[in-house]
Amino acid sequence: MEAPLLSVRQLTVDFHTDAGDFRAVDGLTFDIPKGKTVALVGESGSGKSVTAQAILQILSKKARISGGSILFKDPTNGAPVDIAELRPESDAMHALRGGRIAMIFQEPMTSLSPLHTVGDQISEALTIHAKVDQGEANRRTMEVLARVGFPDPKRALRTYPFELSGGLRQRAMIAMALITRPALLIADEPTTALDVTTQAQILDLIKELQGETGMSVLLITHDLGVVANVADEVVVMYRGRIMEAGSRDDIFRNAQHPYLQALMRAVPRFAMGENERLTPIREVTSSALATAHAPERVQPAGPILKVEGLTKCFTLRSGWFSGKTREIRAVNKVDLELPAGKTLGLVGESGCGKTTVSKMIMRALPPSAGRVMFDDGTGLRDVHQLEGEALTDYRRTVQFIFQDPFSSLNPRMTVYELLTEPLRIHNIGTSDGRYERVKQLLDMVGLDQRSLRRYPHSFSGGQRQRLGIARALALEPRVLLCDEPVSALDVSVQAQVLNLLKDLQSALGLSYLFVSHNLAVVDYIADSIAVMCRGYIVEEAPKSSLFRNPVHPYTQALLAAVPDPDIDRPLDFAKLRADRFSNPSEWPEPFRIQPGEVGHMKEIEPGHKVRLGAVTAQEAA
Amino acid sequence: MIRFLLRRGVTMAVTLLIISALVFFIIKLPPGDFLTNQIAELRAQGESASIAKAEFLIQQYGLDKPAWQQYLVWLGVMPGPNGFSGLLQGDWGWSFEFDKPVVDVVGDALWLTLFVNFAAVIFIHVIAIPIAIYSATRQYSTGDYIATFIGYIGLATPNFLLALILLYYLNRWFGISIGGLYDPQFAGEPWSWPKIQSLLSHLLVPTVVIGLSGTAAMIRRMRANLLDELSKQYYVTAKAKGLGPTKALLKYPFRMSLNPFIADIGNLLPNLVSGSVLVSLVMSLPTVGPILLSSLKSQDQFLAGFILMFVAVLTVVGMLVSDLLLAWLDPRIRMGGAR
Repeated sequence: MEAPLLSVRQLTVDFHTDAGDFRAVDGLTFDIPKGKTVALVGESGSGKSVTAQAILQILSKKARISGGSILFKDPTNGAPVDIAELRPESDAMHALRGGRIAMIFQEPMTSLSPLHTVGDQISEALTIHAKVDQGEANRRTMEVLARVGFPDPKRALRTYPFELSGGLRQRAMIAMALITRPALLIADEPTTALDVTTQAQILDLIKELQGETGMSVLLITHDLGVVANVADEVVVMYRGRIMEAGSRDDIFRNAQHPYLQALMRAVPRFAMGENERLTPIREVTSSALATAHAPERVQPAGPILKVEGLTKCFTLRSGWFSGKTREIRAVNKVDLELPAGKTLGLVGESGCGKTTVSKMIMRALPPSAGRVMFDDGTGLRDVHQLEGEALTDYRRTVQFIFQDPFSSLNPRMTVYELLTEPLRIHNIGTSDGRYERVKQLLDMVGLDQRSLRRYPHSFSGGQRQRLGIARALALEPRVLLCDEPVSALDVSVQAQVLNLLKDLQSALGLSYLFVSHNLAVVDYIADSIAVMCRGYIVEEAPKSSLFRNPVHPYTQALLAAVPDPDIDRPLDFAKLRADRFSNPSEWPEPFRIQPGEVGHMKEIEPGHKVRLGAVTAQEAA
Repeated sequence: MIRFLLRRGVTMAVTLLIISALVFFIIKLPPGDFLTNQIAELRAQGESASIAKAEFLIQQYGLDKPAWQQYLVWLGVMPGPNGFSGLLQGDWGWSFEFDKPVVDVVGDALWLTLFVNFAAVIFIHVIAIPIAIYSATRQYSTGDYIATFIGYIGLATPNFLLALILLYYLNRWFGISIGGLYDPQFAGEPWSWPKIQSLLSHLLVPTVVIGLSGTAAMIRRMRANLLDELSKQYYVTAKAKGLGPTKALLKYPFRMSLNPFIADIGNLLPNLVSGSVLVSLVMSLPTVGPILLSSLKSQDQFLAGFILMFVAVLTVVGMLVSDLLLAWLDPRIRMGGAR
C-alpha cells in the first residue's frame, strides 16, 4: 500500500493559560491518504481545529505541540518531513505553509483583509512560494478565479472582499489556497457560515478540484450531513481523543462507539417520524416544566398574529463621495398567519428578508406598507398603531430569542440581573416575587439555581441560549419570535434547545415564529412552513405537504441542498450547480417574476400556496 | 469625488466663518481694547505725543466703531477706513503691541512653529510605532512591561518640567544652551547655512519635550489597536499563506490599526500649536505660542484673532486631509456607505 500523505502519530497539544494548563489534543493518531478526503468530526471544543493549526504550526502562543509527530510525505520530493520537529518560523515551515499545505477557514467574512483587493491577496499566496513576476501572478490568479467560478475574473482582481457575497468570498479563499497547487488542503468548517445552497456548491467545487489536482483534503466539521456527502474516511473526536475512525461506510452503517451513535441521533433528519424526538447527547431535565401551565387568558378566535401585505424598502447610499441612492425591497407584500399555540417556520437564505419580517412584527422597524395584526383575545389590532398601555402590553406578550447567544447577553450583568430585567422594566412583582420567578424560570430551561450569581461568560453556548429563552419567558409571553435560535450551536446542543422549545410550547401554550435557514430544523419544530426568497414568500404549506410535494423551484432547490447524514441519500450536486434558483426573473414559467412585479399566491391543495408570476395571473383573470 | 470636495469646501467655509465670529467677539468681550487701555496709561504719565498716535490708530482701524462693524471690516466684507482690507483680502491687520503689521510679527514664528511641531509629529510616529509593534507582538513580556512603564512616565510628566530639567542638565553637563531655536547671534540675520545648522541642533530638545507625552499616548493606543487586530482571522489567513511574521504583520494588522491615527491628524495639528505654549515659554522658543499668549493678555485683537484663525484653518484643513487619506487607504470608506 502507498504511504499516506500525512500521518499523525500520538500528537499531543497543550495549552498554558492563566486559568491552568489543559490538553486540547491527546495522543491523536490518524492518516490522510493521497487524494482522499478525511473528515475530522466533533463538537466545538473537541480539539479538531487545534489539530489543523498544529499541522500548519499556526497555534496560538499559549499552545504548544508537546509530543508526537506529524509526518508529511510530499509526493513531489520523496523524503518525509516531521512538521512537529520544525520551528514555526523556520524557512522549511514557511515553504510548507501555504505552499504544500493550504488552509481555508470558516468565516469568509473575516478571513480576508478588507483593505486589500481579492487579486492582491490571492496572487500574494503565489508570489511567496514561486518565483513569478506580478504579470504572471495576475494571469495565474485570473485562471484560478475563473476555475472556482468567478463570473468575471478580471474584475474580481480589483474587487474588495466586502463587495462579494459570502459564497464568492469562500470561493476566493479556495482560490487563494489552491493557486499554489498544494498537496493537502485543510478546510476548517468551510461551509458552516454559508447557506445550504451555497454550501452544496462549495462542497461540489472542493470535490471537483480534488479530482483535478489529486490533492488530499482534511475536512473539519461538526455537520454529519456534510461528512456523509464528501468524506472518504472519518475520524470522530471527543475532548482531544479519537472516539472512532474508519471509512465512511463503516462509520455511517455501523457506528460502534456510543458517542458517535449519540451524535447521529441528535441530528434532525427529514425522514423522522411524526412524533419522533431528537435525543441530545446530554439530556437536560427540568422539574418545573412538567407542572408548568399557561396563565388563564382569553384565546383569540382566529390566528394570534396576522401579517398583511407587509413591505419594507431600504434606501442605500451607493458611495461615500456620491449622493446617489438606491432603493431595495427587502420584504415584498408578505402575508403570514400564525395560529395560537402553533409554530410557523420561516425559511430562506441569508438576505431574503426573514429577519426584517420578524423585526417588523416586533415593532423594531416600521413597515413601508402593510399591517401586522395581533389578537390578544379581543380581536385583531394593528400593532404599528398601538400606543401607551396597549403597546406596553404588546411588548410583554411578544418576545424575541436571538441568534447569537454570546452577544445577546450583557456580559456585565449576572444571570439574576439578566432575568429580572424584563420584570423590573415592566414593574412586575416585589423583589421576593421576582427572585422566586427567576428560580422557576431557570428550572424551566433546565439550568441550576446556583447559576444566579454567575456572569454569562461562564456558560457554554447552549446554556447561554437557554438563558436567552428564560429571559424571553420572564414576562409570560404568548408569542416568541425565534430568529435562528440554534444556528450558532453544535448539533448535540441544538437538539437540547429544540426539544426545550417544543416542551415549553406544549406546557405554556406558546406560539412561535421560527426563522431559520435550516430546513431540517424547521421540519422538526414547525407545524407549517413559509419559504422566503428575495423578499417574497414563494411557497407556504403545512409541513407534511411541503416536504411531500414541494412545488416551487426554489423550495425544491433548498430541499435538494440539505445534506442528509445518510449515505444512501447523497446530494445531487449536478442539480445545484446552476445558480439560477434564487433569482425570481430566472425561475421557469409559471413561477417567473420580472423585476417590479409581485405575482400572486395560488392555492394548489388545502393550505398549500405557491407564488406564481404575473403572466399566469393575467391568464387566470 | 468632485461633488464631495465642493460640498466639503462649502461646509469648511461656513465653519471658518462661524469660528471667526466667535474668535472676534470673545476677544472683544472684556471692556476696552489695547489702545484705550494704552491711552489711559499714557494719560496717567502725561505723554501727549503718543496719545495722538494712539488716537490716530483708533481712527485708522476703526476701533471707535461698534464691534460688529469692526468684525466685518476685519473680515474684509465691509469697507473700513482703507476700503476693503481684511482677512479675505490678505491683510492680517496691525499689531498694536509690537507696533508692526501682524504679518511681520508672526511671519517667521509661524513657519518655525509649523517646523518644530512637524518635527515633533515625525518624532512621535518614528519612536512610537516601532515600540508599539514591539510591545503588542510580545504582549506581557519584560520588554512590553518596560515600554509600558516608560510610557506611563512619559504620560505623567508635565512637559514644561521636563524642559526645565533638560535646560539645566544639558547646560551643566554638556555646556549646551538649548534656549531658543538658534544661537543668539543669528537672531534677525537672514537665513544662511550656519543658521540652519544651528536651528537643527537646537531643534532636538524641543522636539523631544513637545513630543514625549504624545509618544507615550500613541504607544498605548497603537498597542491596544494592534492587539485587537492581531487576534483577527485575516492575520491567521496571512500566516497560513506562508508569509513571514514581519511582512504579515505590517501588511495586514498594522495597516488596519492605522485608521484611528489618520482620523486624528485633524486634531493633532492645532493641539500641537496650542499645547506647546508652556514649553515655548520655558525654552524661549520663537514660536507663535508665546505671542498668542501675550496678545490675548493685552487684547491685541488683530494679532490674537489672526493666530486663532490660523489654528482654525489648520484644524479644518487637517480634517479634510485626514478624511481624504482615510478614503484613499480604506476601500470600505471609499466605496462603502451602506455597509
